[in-house]
Amino acid sequence: MIEAKEVSVFIGRRRIVADVAFTARPGEVTAIVGPNGSGKTTLLKALSGELPYEGRIAVNGRDLAAMKPAEAASLRAVLPQATSLAFPFTVREIVRLGLLGGRSGALAGESERLPERALAKVDLDGFAGRFYQELSGGEQQRVQLARVLCQVWAPVLEGVPRYLLLDEPVSSLDIRHQLTIMDIARDFARRGGGVVAVLHDLNLTAMYADHIHVMQGGRQAASGAPQEVLVDPLLEKVFGCRLRVGAVPPSGAPFVLPQSAAVS
Amino acid sequence: MADQSIAGPSGMTRLARGGEDGDRAARARLAIVLLAVMLGAAMLFSLTSGASDASAWAVLRDWVSGAVADGSATDMRTRVIIQDIRLPRVVMGVLVGASLAVSGAVMQGLFRNPLADPGLIGISAGASLGAVAVIVLGATMLAPLVALLGPMALPLAAFVGGLVATLILYRIATRQGRTSVATMLLAGIALAALAMALTGVLVYMADDRQLRDLTFWQLGSLAGATWQKIGTAGPVIVAALAATPFLARGLNALALGEATAGHLGIPVQRLKYVAIISVSAAVGAAVAVSGGIGFVGIVVPHLLRLAIGPDNRYLLPASALFGAAMLLVADAVCRTIVAPAELPIGIITAAVGGPFFLWILLRKRGIVDL
Repeated sequence: MIEAKEVSVFIGRRRIVADVAFTARPGEVTAIVGPNGSGKTTLLKALSGELPYEGRIAVNGRDLAAMKPAEAASLRAVLPQATSLAFPFTVREIVRLGLLGGRSGALAGESERLPERALAKVDLDGFAGRFYQELSGGEQQRVQLARVLCQVWAPVLEGVPRYLLLDEPVSSLDIRHQLTIMDIARDFARRGGGVVAVLHDLNLTAMYADHIHVMQGGRQAASGAPQEVLVDPLLEKVFGCRLRVGAVPPSGAPFVLPQSAAVS
Repeated sequence: MADQSIAGPSGMTRLARGGEDGDRAARARLAIVLLAVMLGAAMLFSLTSGASDASAWAVLRDWVSGAVADGSATDMRTRVIIQDIRLPRVVMGVLVGASLAVSGAVMQGLFRNPLADPGLIGISAGASLGAVAVIVLGATMLAPLVALLGPMALPLAAFVGGLVATLILYRIATRQGRTSVATMLLAGIALAALAMALTGVLVYMADDRQLRDLTFWQLGSLAGATWQKIGTAGPVIVAALAATPFLARGLNALALGEATAGHLGIPVQRLKYVAIISVSAAVGAAVAVSGGIGFVGIVVPHLLRLAIGPDNRYLLPASALFGAAMLLVADAVCRTIVAPAELPIGIITAAVGGPFFLWILLRKRGIVDL
């Protein structure tokens, strides 16, 4: 479990995240949603140990602040929003960097083929020999996800759950690959790992998240299951525009959307 | 070696990629073996060529057969030329070439910039100030120092100058335990300007003979190589170079940015610290004994990156071998092209390195604009 208590993050003198409590359980996909500038990414950066913070964050009961980089790397992998690359590495060389810590959890002998398997998972079969800089933005994002998957290939290692921290993992992907990537995240959780994802798409969030954490102005606006959180008044308050949450009739009865009407 | 890459990044051959699977490790290992052979050849070439007709082969034969002991050895003059003039020069060329090239590769990895160079973090400017101070003030203000240290005063002053400049920059760029490489780079430019201004004052004060001395020092040369200098600078260089293989994995991760390197489990701050200290020691020692030899640090890693890719596990050792070989060949040219006089080696490396650097810039525009 990743557990944050009264966490505040300052960038310069500005407090970007204020007194936030946050929990992500293994076996679940936890989504962080909220408008631009609400502190979602900053909260994720605190949870990953990238930014210094006030308060307490524990991963599987261990204090994050006391962990060495290598120990943290064996418990969680982080997909940043964007990654710029300094030198012309091939796709395979980038994905292999995920194996740097040597705690992928793959079976002996499996490690050498892991980059290819991770690439196949993100639908980039046959891309290993390409130069990273030659790929499109969406392809680059999936290469980075393949690298992240290599780092924590086994969602549970030696009985300890591990975590994927994903910052807008589907922001530059087409609809098919959005679903591919979210399926990977859900599968990781089903196999005992934990997933924390910053997401913008409320529909994807509703489809995949087990738990939603809503941020507004650096504070936690709500936290709970999708049906508790994704409700009209809260969304209107947080996002500042009138939204209507739709729901399929429970019996599975057919329904007709008025927008589909075309008067001839 | 770079031939197949001249077509530019988009035209890089499958060979440069390492084939369909994108794994260039086997290719890189082969390149390292070839470079080792090349360095061996360059050492032999350097040992056997020179202004005098002394035969290195005769001396080598004596070493192998043990002829020195039984009195049938080659004459004394030949032995002295080979053992006490050419051989230390070859050893120093290897040490200096390797340390400049490896330092360049490490700096480029650390600053995540293929155009970075040890000169960027003030080492060269600081070392230059130290050396010029001894040349110009050696007979007056710094006379006690020169009397105490003798011929070692100049290299030591250069080494200390480089190290002090680096430490000042490190202090400026480090806040709350984190070093900002961007701040270090900008502060380096400011500090280099200051050191150059002070150097300029000294140059202004210098007399004609001193001017000639410091011009030669600034252009760099392996001509002053002695076993004594190797005994002083060698251990520093070897120790610093020995630290760099432990940086390779961290520098690879750093190509993805500092945050991601940290997420991958790299202790980024320690990496920066070790990289900066070993580079400034290696370059400080190299500059101290050989003066300002430019462009090796940029040209060598760049050529190798085109040939074997940017993986530092292979790039660093390959840079050491290639840098050493390149400097030995350049030095052999300096010694023979205007024999019996000598050109400063900095002229050769800069004459080749300058145009090459421009070529990189022109070629890289495509990638920079991507």
